[in-house]
Amino acid sequence: MEGAVFRPLRVSCNGMSKQTAALLEARGVAKHYGPVAALRAADLSVAPGEIHALLGANGAGKSTLVKCLSGVIRPDTGTISFGGRAVRARSPMHAARLGLAPVFQDPALVPDLSVTQNLRLTGMPLGRVRAELAAMELSVNFNEQVGDLALPVLRMLDLARALARDPQLLILDEITAALPSDLAERVFAVMRERREKGRSVLFITHRLAEVIAICDRATILRDGRDVGTMVPREGGEARIVEIMLGPEAARAEARAAELSEDDVAVAPDARERPDAVAADAVLELDGLRAGNVQELSLRIAAGEVVGVAALEGQGQDELFEVLAGERKPESGEVRLRGKPFRARHPYDAIRKGVVLVPPDRLLALLPQRSVRENVAAPHYSTPLRWGPINMRDEGRRVRHAVDALQIDMRAARQVRRLSGGNQQKVTIARWLASGFTTLLCNDPTRGVDVGTKRQVYTLLRELAADGAAILFFSSELAEFPLVCDRVLTVYGGRVTAELPGPAADEASLLQAMHGLDLEEAVA
Amino acid sequence: MSAPAAAIAFRGTAAWRRNLRLHGWTVAVWLVLLALVPYWRSLSQQDLEFDLQAVAIDALPLCFAAMAQAVIVISGGIDLSIGSMMGVVNVLSAKHMIGMSFREALAFSLLILVLTALAGAFTGLIITLSRIPDIVVTLGMLFVWQGVALWIMEIPGGGAPLQYSDLALGSVGSTLIPNALVVVLVAFALVWLPLRWLRPGLAIYAVGSNRTAAYLSGIGVARTRVGAYMLGGVFTGLGGLALTASSGIGDPNAGVTYTLNSVAAVVLGGVALVGGVGGLIGPIAAALVLTMSKIILLLRGTDPNYANVYQGALIIFVVVIGGLLARKTRS
Repeated sequence: MEGAVFRPLRVSCNGMSKQTAALLEARGVAKHYGPVAALRAADLSVAPGEIHALLGANGAGKSTLVKCLSGVIRPDTGTISFGGRAVRARSPMHAARLGLAPVFQDPALVPDLSVTQNLRLTGMPLGRVRAELAAMELSVNFNEQVGDLALPVLRMLDLARALARDPQLLILDEITAALPSDLAERVFAVMRERREKGRSVLFITHRLAEVIAICDRATILRDGRDVGTMVPREGGEARIVEIMLGPEAARAEARAAELSEDDVAVAPDARERPDAVAADAVLELDGLRAGNVQELSLRIAAGEVVGVAALEGQGQDELFEVLAGERKPESGEVRLRGKPFRARHPYDAIRKGVVLVPPDRLLALLPQRSVRENVAAPHYSTPLRWGPINMRDEGRRVRHAVDALQIDMRAARQVRRLSGGNQQKVTIARWLASGFTTLLCNDPTRGVDVGTKRQVYTLLRELAADGAAILFFSSELAEFPLVCDRVLTVYGGRVTAELPGPAADEASLLQAMHGLDLEEAVA
Repeated sequence: MSAPAAAIAFRGTAAWRRNLRLHGWTVAVWLVLLALVPYWRSLSQQDLEFDLQAVAIDALPLCFAAMAQAVIVISGGIDLSIGSMMGVVNVLSAKHMIGMSFREALAFSLLILVLTALAGAFTGLIITLSRIPDIVVTLGMLFVWQGVALWIMEIPGGGAPLQYSDLALGSVGSTLIPNALVVVLVAFALVWLPLRWLRPGLAIYAVGSNRTAAYLSGIGVARTRVGAYMLGGVFTGLGGLALTASSGIGDPNAGVTYTLNSVAAVVLGGVALVGGVGGLIGPIAAALVLTMSKIILLLRGTDPNYANVYQGALIIFVVVIGGLLARKTRS
């Protein structure tokens, strides 16, 4: 069946079986930036009509390999053959003409032009892109300026543009990272459809559940080398993590995982004492309205992690903005330790101990400055004493925070050179160093590797155990039961359901997030 | 199996709001220009025809300088050498045209435009190859062209054929329409319009808006940036020739003020200095506003030493008001 649908490139593949003729064959691809090896020697083989996952921790070389394949950068050494022919893509356009269509992590759409103009720029017929969007049951106004569209929309547009070329190989670089679950489902549907047509997909993601659910094979990179190709369904999540992290790290991770499970196990005790929780409520919201937030009420006690699960645009962003002092609420009351809390500026919020870890770490960091300055930055606005900065005190606080989070300090002179996971750790470390009572985590593990994710979970549980109140949002539903004591689902700006942390499995969260009545749905 | 439940239509911006944001500024600058007209008429003792001529002639070199700067700023760059390059063109053309017939002068102008296009491309090449910031390279070019102008002609001199000067000074037939205005519109229509709605023009906007996204869309970023500087060179050349035609003389220092005035016109004309936003019609109107406000201050008898204070205040005032209104339409 595959043979009939798979249209070979000019090379004759007729009669060859799937096993012998790989669509894409990369051998020993390497790329160095100065003395830094981004990719040491990677092999990758993708068969026609398969969904192939490319996995690895942050900094393992996934993105570099994708850039080499799609012509964004040129590899130093190595060969790439596509459809049986040796190719060397000179540019993303050239790669697209060869039949390799990438969808990158950052949308390749120009913000100041309209959607139509963007498509004309790439010489893409509007009708075909519209048809691809319609096939995914999406509609976008093409007169819209790209800069006005939300990130998930842009990703879907980018995907539709790539699909419009009907590429032999579709490369999706972390496309689901910024997508709400309903859109992610559509992407998976597209991937399966490609497979049925005999086309291939190379899928890069941090979400192992997705890999196990839909990928035929997975190649795992570690430290710039491929360390194994496996069938995810057979190996399972544990096996993937083991290969991804290497034998030693896997053992350390297992310890960390045990630790976080211990903490989750401790948490129910707190829930059994509702009076105590009510007594020391740290943060209380009463009928808050702001943008998409409609009449939202919640309370967080000291030592509690409260999750907020919601689809895209249900008010969670506004909720975080109000609490962090970036946005004025339209009405409603916010109380911090029983006293009215009004933050007109992030400065107010931070001084009162309400601090934010934003989803986009570049929003929070000073990319050109050192780790030390980044961690110490919020501290500079506290004029505890005038005169020069107390370097010794600052150094101690920063070291403490860096140690606690195990931040890789090898590239500490400029935060922008750290890997994504380490950057995210720095955004948390700054609050460890300057102190807080309430931590607002808006998708703190977006685009972070498994190891770092677990560290973040453990850290959040530890902070809660020390008495911090934590509000937690994530676009990855599997995280809620790991981290939260309670999970509130928000739909249309209102709380629709409350689930105890361990019971917040994906199915029931999804039901409630779509505004469906839980009991009804279960029954 | 679990097919997506319902179609999703993404909520967008209302069309009027989008158009207001895209074109509001340009329209507003033209309205400012129109608002200045009655005041200017009430102060002037001269008849309308003479006055229109005076404004158009006065504004002509600045219009071209503003167009040159606008193209480059839209592509994400900035060119500080526009004024001094206009000075070079001014002295070069005045020096050689003085003995020429009208036809020879026209042919020579064409040659000069080719040269300025190449000079612009050269500047662009230095910027893209060396990866030195635009502002540094063009600052260097500012001094280079200043020196070249003085080397060509130390003291003001030279001239142009009468017919050639008429291109800037005359009017169409015996109507009220000044030639100078027509020249600007023709240059706009011939040079910019064909590009604006085709790929090269879109590429200039794309590169100024987000270089990475433009590259990933398959645009030759370096090529486009060099192209923008080349186009800027053409408009700069036209500006220099306009100086020669309107003043009838070559002066090595004539261009000096145009660099910063072109930046002022671009900002006032709604082109964002970060690139990717704006057009050429706004800056043309802004050049006319700047020229007319200067003439109004002259007519009022304001001390020319203070006139710049008013002009500067006007620029800041308009940009601040515009910025506030833009924020209103955004939210």
